[in-house]
Amino acid sequence: MPKIEDLLKQRILVLDGAMGTMLQRYRFTEEDFRGDRFRDWPTPLQGNNDLLSLTQPQAIAEVHRKYLEAGADILETNTFSATSVAMADYGMEALAREINLESARIAKEVALEFTRANPEKPRFVAGSIGPTNKTASMSPDVNNPGFRAITFQALKEAYREQAEGLLEGGVDLLLVETVFDTLNAKAALFAIGEAQEHLGTKVPVMISGTITDASGRTLSGQTAEAFLISVSHAPLLSIGLNCALGASQLTPYLQVLSDRAEIAVSAHPNAGLPNAFGAYDQGPEEMASQIREYLEKGLVNIVGGCCGTTPAHIGALAALVKEYKPRELSPRPQSGLNSQVQIKVKE
Amino acid sequence: MKEPELRYLKLSGLEPLVITPESNFVNVGERTNVAGSRRFLRLIKEQDFEQALDIAREQVEGGAQILDVNMDDGLIDGVDAMVRFLNLLMAEPDIARIPVMIDSSRWEIIEAGLQVVQGKCVVNSISLKEGEETFLWQARQIRRYGAAVIVMAFDEKGQADTYERRVEIAARSYRLLTEQASFPPEDLIFDLNIFPVATGIPEHRRNAVDFIEATRWVRQHLPHCSVSGGVSNVSFSFRGNTGVREAMHSAFLYHAIRAGMNMGIVNPSLLEVYDDIPADLLERVEDVLLDRREDATERLLDFAETVQGEHKKRQVDDSWRELPLQERITRALVKGIDQYIEADVEEARRGASRTIEVIEGPLMEGMNVVGDLFGSGKMFLPQVVKSARVMKRAVAYLTPFIEEENLSGPGARPAGKVLMATVKGDVHDIGKNIVSVVLACNNYQIVDLGVMVPPEKILEAAREQQVDIIGLSGLITPSLDEMVFLAREMQRQGFRIPLLIGGATTSKAHTAVKIDPQYHSAVVHVNDASRAVTVVGDLLQQERGEAYAGSVKAEYAVFRDKFLARGRQKSYLSLEEARKNRLRLPWREADLAVPRELGIRQIDAMDLQTLVPFIDWSPFFRTWDLHGRYPDILDDAVVGEQARSLYGDARQMLAEITGKGLLQARAVFGLFPARSLEDDIVVTSPDQGEVIFRTLRQQSQKREGVPNLALSDFIAPVDSGLQDYIGCFCVTAGLGADALARQYEDQLDDYGSIMVKALADRLAEAFAEYLHREVRVRHWGYVPDEHLDNEALIREAYKGIRPAPGYPACPDHLEKRTIWDLLQVEERIGVTLTESLAMWPAASVSGYYFAHPQARYFGLGKICRDQVADYANRKGIPLPEAEKWLGPNLAEEG
Repeated sequence: MPKIEDLLKQRILVLDGAMGTMLQRYRFTEEDFRGDRFRDWPTPLQGNNDLLSLTQPQAIAEVHRKYLEAGADILETNTFSATSVAMADYGMEALAREINLESARIAKEVALEFTRANPEKPRFVAGSIGPTNKTASMSPDVNNPGFRAITFQALKEAYREQAEGLLEGGVDLLLVETVFDTLNAKAALFAIGEAQEHLGTKVPVMISGTITDASGRTLSGQTAEAFLISVSHAPLLSIGLNCALGASQLTPYLQVLSDRAEIAVSAHPNAGLPNAFGAYDQGPEEMASQIREYLEKGLVNIVGGCCGTTPAHIGALAALVKEYKPRELSPRPQSGLNSQVQIKVKE
Repeated sequence: MKEPELRYLKLSGLEPLVITPESNFVNVGERTNVAGSRRFLRLIKEQDFEQALDIAREQVEGGAQILDVNMDDGLIDGVDAMVRFLNLLMAEPDIARIPVMIDSSRWEIIEAGLQVVQGKCVVNSISLKEGEETFLWQARQIRRYGAAVIVMAFDEKGQADTYERRVEIAARSYRLLTEQASFPPEDLIFDLNIFPVATGIPEHRRNAVDFIEATRWVRQHLPHCSVSGGVSNVSFSFRGNTGVREAMHSAFLYHAIRAGMNMGIVNPSLLEVYDDIPADLLERVEDVLLDRREDATERLLDFAETVQGEHKKRQVDDSWRELPLQERITRALVKGIDQYIEADVEEARRGASRTIEVIEGPLMEGMNVVGDLFGSGKMFLPQVVKSARVMKRAVAYLTPFIEEENLSGPGARPAGKVLMATVKGDVHDIGKNIVSVVLACNNYQIVDLGVMVPPEKILEAAREQQVDIIGLSGLITPSLDEMVFLAREMQRQGFRIPLLIGGATTSKAHTAVKIDPQYHSAVVHVNDASRAVTVVGDLLQQERGEAYAGSVKAEYAVFRDKFLARGRQKSYLSLEEARKNRLRLPWREADLAVPRELGIRQIDAMDLQTLVPFIDWSPFFRTWDLHGRYPDILDDAVVGEQARSLYGDARQMLAEITGKGLLQARAVFGLFPARSLEDDIVVTSPDQGEVIFRTLRQQSQKREGVPNLALSDFIAPVDSGLQDYIGCFCVTAGLGADALARQYEDQLDDYGSIMVKALADRLAEAFAEYLHREVRVRHWGYVPDEHLDNEALIREAYKGIRPAPGYPACPDHLEKRTIWDLLQVEERIGVTLTESLAMWPAASVSGYYFAHPQARYFGLGKICRDQVADYANRKGIPLPEAEKWLGPNLAEEG
């Protein structure tokens, strides 16, 4: 199997789309979420999508298969919230490791199936590592700005468990995504470093932040470039942006990453902005036309979809990227000025 | 991927900071540093984090591009303060936009800081001081946290002070970090040690040029790294001479930046534009900095005097003598000039119908001006004490005339009568004397009973003299109990007059919680002289005094309730658990240096001149209510002028004291074989067999991985099978101080009297510093080649510690008796212990020496009853006695 680092130089790779959007189509009931094993669990479990890797594994495998059929190169495991921190909402802290391990196995099995069928187009599995539902550098209490709901140490331990589960399950990549607080991401990167050292692995790591509004900053207040600098100590395969905004709103911030980063750049935006009912109604063609701008400008190496995207969206992207060359990975000259004063150079 | 060719130091807060070859010099703001700013230190100690944030904001607004945060202080829980401050700082987008420099000499504080900041920080600092293993381990951790790092030019042999050593250490550090810790070279910042020039010491001549040349070498040979430093050090010898300092800083930076220094700490207000430096001054400054002439230092010194000359001329301006009489008297009082006061009051006396009118009229009018200026912060304490000296002289001159006029009755009516005393067992009276003088200036009659005054004597005098207020002072912790006792006695004997509490160990909290409830009349804590005037004035007001006393009483009750109910409940370990979590050092024979000379030695006539360079002047200024760090205080915008004048007077008196031998300094110290056994240290004395030091162990619940310390942890335990050693000492510089101070008092010169005592205190501390160095370098000899300047000594950069009984690491005063017996302190050098275990003469210091490289200062904090009982048992004293001595350290358990 060729190395992903080499493939990135040859073509733009496609990441899969939303898992949650696809799972909604199954209309799983509370009983479906519980399965036999958690029939008597004391808290409601509906909505715990990551648990479905244990109770409805065939559905997860089916979604993965659909994305690979649509042309995705990289699958994300169904583990966005599978840390002991996020699982605490369901009293399922102790299951975190098992969910990661099983989710990784399911995705890897499907990916291998497709790679064997067409070795020219190898498929990769990225272990999805979400932000958790707590922030390490912001206070949830406006009246007590010095308060923190979680420490670096606690996050690091939870992430270490998640990373080890994913690595033992056989993932090819790790993807720290939807980063809204860079300190959480740094705890994840710290934990990944320890886990890889412990297990003797050298799995490439991707990171993807979230710009929450038109201010161009993460929820914890960093600009895109500050975010890039803050995580650059880790050996990264790629840095990018996902979620929160639609493809066209992300362009200026991808431009910053593309100008500054010496590594691959990724983007997996939502299918537009949510409508009044919280649903995403940007169609595959519209999304692809917006992402075409990234490709025209040579901003990215990896594209995919986040909330609201489906195999149809990913199919459109897979067709689109064939027309373009990937962004070059050599570093660009940088002016001595800082981000407030950027000089854009047309290529 | 291809190795990038352009590697810049990139940092981030909420926004990026990218340092390229084209970037201007990067200025690091360092006022959020407890060692760099008195104000910041005070705010952190008072846990006033909101105001501390304002200092950070001022720094950012003033143009700092990186914010240095340092919480290294013996009395601060550094980890807690660092985390709380940074957490609050992160919530302020206008501050958090710039990167943070986490500054500490303690790894746990650095790590705690790294865990709460999302941006890419700078760690300040690591070095090879503790060897390669620690250095590389810390570097790898820092790398994993994603921070850049300052590397000090410091290794196992000490601090680099030559060109060769700087280059050697930088190159070795660079190689280790890039090759063995995979540290990206652009994330390395070297601090190559800026040391003072023009000190008069020949070895210091190349300090600046060696730094500059080493910087050039580093930037040329160690690709991508940065060079930083603290610039004001270089002009240390010219403190007080702002003109020369500004020129030195600018010229130094000019050359250092051209050599490649690209960041550092510079006080922007102490910087001249390079091109604006007068050519003659610049030539001399550069001669010194670049070591261009044999006589460079002398030439600059001579020139510096002419730069200051203009200043002096203004001071001997006598034109004010032409002013009208009242203005002359007022001016003499405000300026503290006693030269003409007798002539002036004589002139006033001839114009008055009765002599008393001179005091009640022109003199009081002048003193009112002094009081107003002092009250509004436009005059400072040393000036007021000088004013008092003028006033006393004037009154002394007039007194015979008043007596002659035989106006026995009414006379000059004082505003009130205040009794002042330092309580039983305590000998410290500088603060009390200052308050007395300031009150006297404000027309209060002072009944000063002196030091070590038993309670019955205080109350007897209060009754006989019909005083209006009693003021108590004390410096050592046992004095707190004396004050409680006195308050209780006042209640029992039916007193109704207000009680003032002051002195270094007293606090509003202790006054409100322990003293106030004992006495039904007003008890007020007064922590400085200017407040004393207001408080006494309010308490003695005819109509509203009662009401004020009532409101104070109520305020203290509220304060007490809040204090007792305050939120942060500390949790404590049992003594057994705390002992389990003791510090377990890896005992290696190599760390346990064998003293070159065991046994007891004494110094009978220490040359005072030798001690002068070891003086830490900052506390001296604090004694006089002038706050700031020496030498910066001499250039301070607010108190600088006053500080310079006070410093001038102090140096003059110091020259007289050292020249004529007016004070005697003596010391005794001993080095002994020792081993630890749990919390005890068993010492083998040559003539007394085994002597045991009982140490106390921290009991507050620590974060994981942080030990509960006792001093015994720094001595090899019996079961290690290794032979360890300990030292102890007592120094005094106060022999003769009392008599000399009294001479000044007899000449009605309180300023001189207070000055003598303050200087004796400084000399004693300097002696302790000097002796500790002698022990490290010669007698024990565990760092035979130490080269630390006085600033480094003040920063406690030395190896090993000298904790003193009664201070944070060992607050138990009783252990002084063990030292006294072991060293025969009283017999040998004549320093005695009072019943409260204060040392007499007051200007004395005693303590222990620990030499282990990991030994460090810490604060015991609160302990629990189980430890007090255990301590009483170990020491063989009744429990109530142990409780009495350890009372101030006992946690409120409930």
